[in-house]
Amino acid sequence: MKNIFAYITHKNGVAEDSALEMAAAAKRINPDSQATAIIAGSGPDLDAVCNEMASSYKEAWKLENEAFAYPNAELIRKALINVLPKGEILLMPHDTFGMDLGPGLSIKLDAAFVADVVDFEGSDGDLMKIVRQEYSGMVSSHVNCDISSGAVANVRPGAFQPDESKSANGQVIDKSGEIGDISAKRKFIEIVEAEVGDVDITKSDVLVSIGRGIEDEDNIEIAQELADAIGAVVSCSRPIVDAKWLEKSRQVGTSGQTVKPKVYMALGISGSFQHLGGIKGSPFMVAINKNPKAPIFQVADVGVVADILDFIPGLTEKIEGA
Amino acid sequence: MEIFVCVKRVPDTSENEIEVNSDGTDIERDDLVYSVNEWDNYAVEEAIQIRDKVGGSVVVAAVGDEESEEVIRREMAMGVDKGVLLSDDIFEKADGKGIANILKAEIEKGSYDLILTGAQAEAGAAQVGGMLAAMLDIPYASLVNYIEVLDDKKLKVGREIEGGNQEMSEIDLPCVLSIQTGINEPRYVGIRGIRKVASMEIPVHGSGDLGLDDSTAGEAGAKVKRLNYFVPDLGEGAEILEGSDDEIIDKLIELLKAKGGVK
Repeated sequence: MKNIFAYITHKNGVAEDSALEMAAAAKRINPDSQATAIIAGSGPDLDAVCNEMASSYKEAWKLENEAFAYPNAELIRKALINVLPKGEILLMPHDTFGMDLGPGLSIKLDAAFVADVVDFEGSDGDLMKIVRQEYSGMVSSHVNCDISSGAVANVRPGAFQPDESKSANGQVIDKSGEIGDISAKRKFIEIVEAEVGDVDITKSDVLVSIGRGIEDEDNIEIAQELADAIGAVVSCSRPIVDAKWLEKSRQVGTSGQTVKPKVYMALGISGSFQHLGGIKGSPFMVAINKNPKAPIFQVADVGVVADILDFIPGLTEKIEGA
Repeated sequence: MEIFVCVKRVPDTSENEIEVNSDGTDIERDDLVYSVNEWDNYAVEEAIQIRDKVGGSVVVAAVGDEESEEVIRREMAMGVDKGVLLSDDIFEKADGKGIANILKAEIEKGSYDLILTGAQAEAGAAQVGGMLAAMLDIPYASLVNYIEVLDDKKLKVGREIEGGNQEMSEIDLPCVLSIQTGINEPRYVGIRGIRKVASMEIPVHGSGDLGLDDSTAGEAGAKVKRLNYFVPDLGEGAEILEGSDDEIIDKLIELLKAKGGVK
């Protein structure tokens, strides 16, 4: 049986939620597995995360280097090639860091690569069966992955119920001496923080959120009128910002704002996992979309199958008239 | 700057309802509207803007069947200098690594400073760019939403990371970048534009032209194989409101009021 490793991402001395989700994912691959966490970083923050992980993983491998203060995927790749045993399974979150690291690392390890895994359905010999989603979540697929020479699997954040048992009684093992040469052709300069817009969507209890279904910049008025009528703020999904129709600060999602409203109205939003990843606190969610198969209907509380451009003005009028 | 852009012809998810076919072997392909993968279109626009600023040329390549020619031609109409189709029956069912290997073979026939891909395509794997860079042994950055040419050896790039923040780095050329949507505003291509490039030749390179090994170039070399498509049973999902528009609106207002959604 293959050994399973999990690359842990962390911030300010705290592991990301994906750390315990991967502990659960490892058990889905093999219920008897004793996975190992790999944590790169520097200073007291790194020690804090290593100690935290030793309660959920059999071993927590510590990779300490000043250059890992900001984890550049190129540096981490070089270190992992030196540190990882050959032919094993490595999990990492399918977040912006995992997307940067996973595919190239799999080539250097001569291992198979599977991205954005939402479930594992065990393994049979050298074949690991996984579940993915395609076409923005409209359909799922089963995929067989040949793990005979190892595998790198990027796991979707939020897809696995975290293993909170903290019963691993593991130990921290310092592997910093095995990091090797990590000179890089890509050098981190700085993080540019997102600009703060005129409206703070994270402060509103009710959001009227628009997606592709709004079709045209001029139609945003329809959503704004509804928002005005119910005392809400207009937010949006990624395509609206890409089209420059609304400011980036209005975008809900992993690459935008994380919101925690009481009521979330998703108008013409298909519901990609990146968008849903920005909605926390289980709001009452209303989805209005003309495509009955839109993934948003799987997570919403109430749905209306309709073209928002036809439906919303009538809704607004009725609320205003009430 | 010599720039190579990888593009893909995909079913347009904003134009189609994607459904699984009756035996789960594929999606229902009848009447699908295809287009260029959205991310790739931003990559092509970015390449053209860089070329127009610092000189050089832009080559666009797609791995696919002959239908992919229309997508290449559409991108050429944006102002690309040359298009090439990488096509061979044996390429069918190649996995991500297989696709990266095909692109690598074409790239090594030329001399490029910058290779761009879209950040992801319809399968949402976001894998080919990173694999390609590792195979070519050159640096890589994913999810790029800003590019500034510093000199002929270096770029400054921004990556879109969580929370809408941007990670700025310097990266040596040659390199591979995967491009995130929103980096620019891709130019509109009309029928007239496509007509202008209608007579431009798009060479087709097969497995032999690229010097690939047929025993590993396609399905035979794939470590990752799709078994089927299915629609997951995700429980009840949303309660879908039925009735006339008036009835639905009344019900919805009632619910919104109960949940504090109308102030």
